[in-house]
Amino acid sequence: MTFTTTLRNVSSKIVILNGYRGYTRPAIKINNITKFGSSLSIFSRQYGTKKYTKDHEWISVDNGVGIVGITDFAQTALGDVVFVEVPEVGKIVEKSGFIGAVESVKAASDIYAPVSGKITESNNKLSDEPGLINKYPESDELSDPKELDKLLDETAYKEITSTH
Amino acid sequence: MLLKKTPLYDFHVEKGGKMVSFAGWSMPVQYSNLGVLASHLHTRENASLFDVSHMLQLRLSGRDRISFLEKLVVADIEELPFGSSTLSVFTNENGGIIDDTVICKHEDYIHIVSNAACADKDLTHIREEMKKFRGDVDLKVIDDHALLALQGPKAVSALQELCGKDLADFKFMTARQLNIKSSDCHVTRSGYTGEDGFEIGIPSSASVQIANFLLKYPGVQLAGLGARDSLRLEAGLCLYGHDLDDTTTPVEAGLTWTIGKRRRNEGGFLGAEHVLPQIKGGVTRRRVGLIVEGAPARENAEIYNNENELIGNITSGGPSPSLQKNVAMGYVKQGYHKSSTKLQVKVRNRMQKAQVVKMPFVPTRYHK
Repeated sequence: MTFTTTLRNVSSKIVILNGYRGYTRPAIKINNITKFGSSLSIFSRQYGTKKYTKDHEWISVDNGVGIVGITDFAQTALGDVVFVEVPEVGKIVEKSGFIGAVESVKAASDIYAPVSGKITESNNKLSDEPGLINKYPESDELSDPKELDKLLDETAYKEITSTH
Repeated sequence: MLLKKTPLYDFHVEKGGKMVSFAGWSMPVQYSNLGVLASHLHTRENASLFDVSHMLQLRLSGRDRISFLEKLVVADIEELPFGSSTLSVFTNENGGIIDDTVICKHEDYIHIVSNAACADKDLTHIREEMKKFRGDVDLKVIDDHALLALQGPKAVSALQELCGKDLADFKFMTARQLNIKSSDCHVTRSGYTGEDGFEIGIPSSASVQIANFLLKYPGVQLAGLGARDSLRLEAGLCLYGHDLDDTTTPVEAGLTWTIGKRRRNEGGFLGAEHVLPQIKGGVTRRRVGLIVEGAPARENAEIYNNENELIGNITSGGPSPSLQKNVAMGYVKQGYHKSSTKLQVKVRNRMQKAQVVKMPFVPTRYHK
């Protein structure tokens, strides 16, 4: 079940940083969006893993929600991305099913779902600014890593609440 | 299959060329310092140097070379002034296009450049026709010259400085023998980008040196096949094997203008009996330019009318870096070819709005 999300990325939604490790389970579940721009609600409960397909997609999974993007290698090979067809929110996809496409001047490449699931979010910012995929293919620059560092860890949070 | 290498192969690798297989050749699609998009825009603003040595260069001589060539192509070679070039097409017996080519007429020979991808079939065709021809004609493949294309608004200043000559009266689609750094080069003011520029035939041994000299001029960068394709598309120029093929006639392809006036009356080229009646009688399909909304439409995308009837196919298309719109060319049923006609193009199973527009998509800037 997905709760309300407060997300911020370049289009002022929060994105949980890819590859970020060891944050405690959030009180609210956050759906994440990526460069390529889909989050898949998947039916397993993995924790902070990032995996790749042979077709150059990556998926980072946290609490049943996966962020999907294309790899740095893929964006380099494609060149300047000038058009992105973002996944349709609500769509149920099979593993390896078509979820969208990225296009450069040279060519169009389809993007396939690394795993089965339901698209819960798309990064629509990419429709206006497709070049973001080249700028931030896999890194976490959609939001500032320092913002997360400033948040409380569980111990610190408990200390605060115990004084109330 | 072992790929062929142009005399500039090592030079490309050294300069960061990303080598790909193209028509049996190992050619740079782009260079590491400049993406296709940036390289495209650079050419429109400055100048780019392309290695096009993979193209087939021919030298046709012999007393009867003009009458021989006129059997193979639709151009009026007889009337073409010495030192002038023209775009033409080789036709087959059905009037289909075997290849497109640029023909340059000199006093003592005819210089022909055609596509690398068609080199084998062009040569086979020409040689077969030579066997049937009763007259004096001789064909030589020019394989000891590289061909460099210098394209863009800054091309002229770079070449002028390099050869030390004023090139202001060197007009579009004419040719000159220029001495460049002690090498005799066959230079035509032409290209495949829609920009002013030159195609320079250089003795292979001097090609790297001259390429290096040209790169020293401000604004000259190397460019590969990627930018070459998007530039020619914006200029509305056909790519053989995509926008033209053996089943397409020059009239369908919008190349009726390449059929000389005398040739329209006299015919005499292969397939003329199929092609000439089409000029007045019309054709069932025509090549058009399209602006496509939404996703870029590429080769093989289907074109529909607004009643959702399939009326044609895209043969080339993609995002136009200069216009920041999606452009495409393709063939549509006669009647849908007029400017401003509203159509649809199917991309990944979704209809995108499209409109027929005149080509070139980006105004050409030839030195006429």
